[in-house]
Amino acid sequence: MQSFDMGVITRSLGEVGSTVFLILVGTAILELILYGVFGKLLKSRYTLPVMLLGPAIVGLAVLIVYPLLWEFNLSFTNMSLRNFGDKAQYTWVVCRENPEIVNSWVTDCLLKNYADVFRLPVLKQAFFFPVFFRTVLWTAINMFFHLSVGLGLALLLNRPLRGKGIYRTLIILPWAIPQVIAALAWRGEFNYEFGFVNLMLGQLGIPPIQWLTAPGWNFVAMCIVNIWLGIPFMMVILLGGLQSIPGEYYEAAEIDGANGFQQFKNITLPLLQPVMTPAIILGTIWTFNNFNVPFFINQNELETSDILVTALFRAAFQYNRYGFAAAFAFVIFIILLAYSIFYIRITGALKEVNA
Amino acid sequence: MSTTSSSQTSTQAVADKKPDSVLTRFFYAQRGDSPFKRLLIHLTLILASIIAVYPVLRVMTISLRPGDRLLSTSLAIIPEDASFDNYIKVLTDTDFLLWVWNSFIITAATSVIGVILASTSAYAFSRSRFPGRIAGLIFLLSTQMIPAAMLMVPLFILAVQANLIGTYRGLVLAYSVTSIPFSIWILKGYYDTIPYDLEQAAMLDGATQMGAFYRIILPLTTPALAIVFLFNFMAAWNDYLLARIFLSNATEIWTWPLGLQLLQGQFTTAWGQFAAASMLVMIPVVILFLYSSKYLISGLTAGGVKG
Repeated sequence: MQSFDMGVITRSLGEVGSTVFLILVGTAILELILYGVFGKLLKSRYTLPVMLLGPAIVGLAVLIVYPLLWEFNLSFTNMSLRNFGDKAQYTWVVCRENPEIVNSWVTDCLLKNYADVFRLPVLKQAFFFPVFFRTVLWTAINMFFHLSVGLGLALLLNRPLRGKGIYRTLIILPWAIPQVIAALAWRGEFNYEFGFVNLMLGQLGIPPIQWLTAPGWNFVAMCIVNIWLGIPFMMVILLGGLQSIPGEYYEAAEIDGANGFQQFKNITLPLLQPVMTPAIILGTIWTFNNFNVPFFINQNELETSDILVTALFRAAFQYNRYGFAAAFAFVIFIILLAYSIFYIRITGALKEVNA
Repeated sequence: MSTTSSSQTSTQAVADKKPDSVLTRFFYAQRGDSPFKRLLIHLTLILASIIAVYPVLRVMTISLRPGDRLLSTSLAIIPEDASFDNYIKVLTDTDFLLWVWNSFIITAATSVIGVILASTSAYAFSRSRFPGRIAGLIFLLSTQMIPAAMLMVPLFILAVQANLIGTYRGLVLAYSVTSIPFSIWILKGYYDTIPYDLEQAAMLDGATQMGAFYRIILPLTTPALAIVFLFNFMAAWNDYLLARIFLSNATEIWTWPLGLQLLQGQFTTAWGQFAAASMLVMIPVVILFLYSSKYLISGLTAGGVKG
């Protein structure tokens, strides 16, 4: 056990405080330079916006843009725990030194890591495509339940009803729980003997299930947890959308003799579209990239439960294949980007983002 | 409005325009659904509420179990011999307080920095038309597509080379920046709803644009600033991935997610302590979240829909 006393408190406050202080000093120097260059030297009329944006631009450049460019560069090297830092070489340099391994210059030298993502196991045994299809399946299952149950609950809560506020508060609860706690608590509850899931199944006369060790069931467990976690967000967003639809539309439809389903199909769904499309894009990206749930529920490191991002984590930090992991990360990013562009094109979402 | 109610009440209901006013709610409840259907709706919602709440209640149940009965197959919500043993144990026998303290100072520092940086940048995006503005906004949006897992490889290696692994400094820097794009997006949407006339009037009276921003716009933006602060706070407070990568061996500066994983890992011995620690972390977060959820949603949609 670590000691937790005044010494620890002053030391930690000192370190965090000095970091904040350094950031402030850095910002002040940056502002002075910007003011000098843009305000005094160039007499630019954009001096104020430049000074307002400067610190954020520098921060984003240093901590997001630079690491990404650096990672792109990394994806062409053989960096690993053995070849760390300066010892890492570009894959084509490795080729030049070992000409006997070259079959095709493009896939063995230039794009070696990218080719390896598709032709070698990304983990110990699991190959890319099974993991990819599992990720798609995982995303599809989750989004299906998030949307259908979320929309169902939102429709119910949008009706005239007593006690709506209480229901809403209770149903939102999973969203409020820190994901790490939720995932860890669920993992405990999937325990074979003492978890409530098997205990309840037992009371229904169903034999207990090996949630944490049987590959298929572990995947089901992951889905259950993430569906439970994700419904509130969808429900709240969709409820907001439903409440913005004017009641007159339904009255008019009722006068014209439209039944409930027709009203839903012709009024609710189209008018919900502007809210639903961004929520679906965001929800899909979040689910696709969800790390905590698959990582924690998969206590026994079953490769059959890994989705792309957890596989990426293991490739990088368990097997320490940094160059390979960088290429893997870009493959995942390109998949997501392609999906988003495709979806945005199809639905014409974000048209209103006139910026 | 209700077609069955008298014209007088319906005009009244239209007049005050609050969909949840007592009058409208009363008349709404009279309309439409048959009692049987209403019963079905209530049953569905009750079932949904139970499914949402039960797993959380179980954490409480386990946290209240006395040490020798941790592994029980009972499904009772309040154990018969409930005790606070686990809470006392987790506070005295583990590093829980240290973990929470570490999380707290890192999170507090980063949320303040994040909000300051985002609030000024968002103001520039909202009020001035500088070249590259649209490209900047699109860039901010596209950073949301980058998986967190993608940044961890380069951040880790760069942090190793900069000797930032196992320090508060590395995490503070990383957290401060990662939530800026989203914060700018939200705040810009909010600033856009504030008329420019307000600043112009102030500037006519001799204030500089920054003075007008500081004295007039910022106070009006308080709700959105609060939301953004809450968002940054939650993102850093609940983060596991970066903390794990940056602090893996430095147990003296572990944040609570790392500590809780350790406790849950020792399933048989420390499940009760894990549950107690979870309750202690969770309760303030949940209260804060439920309290602010109304503003949270309006703040989100204001930023998202307005663009």
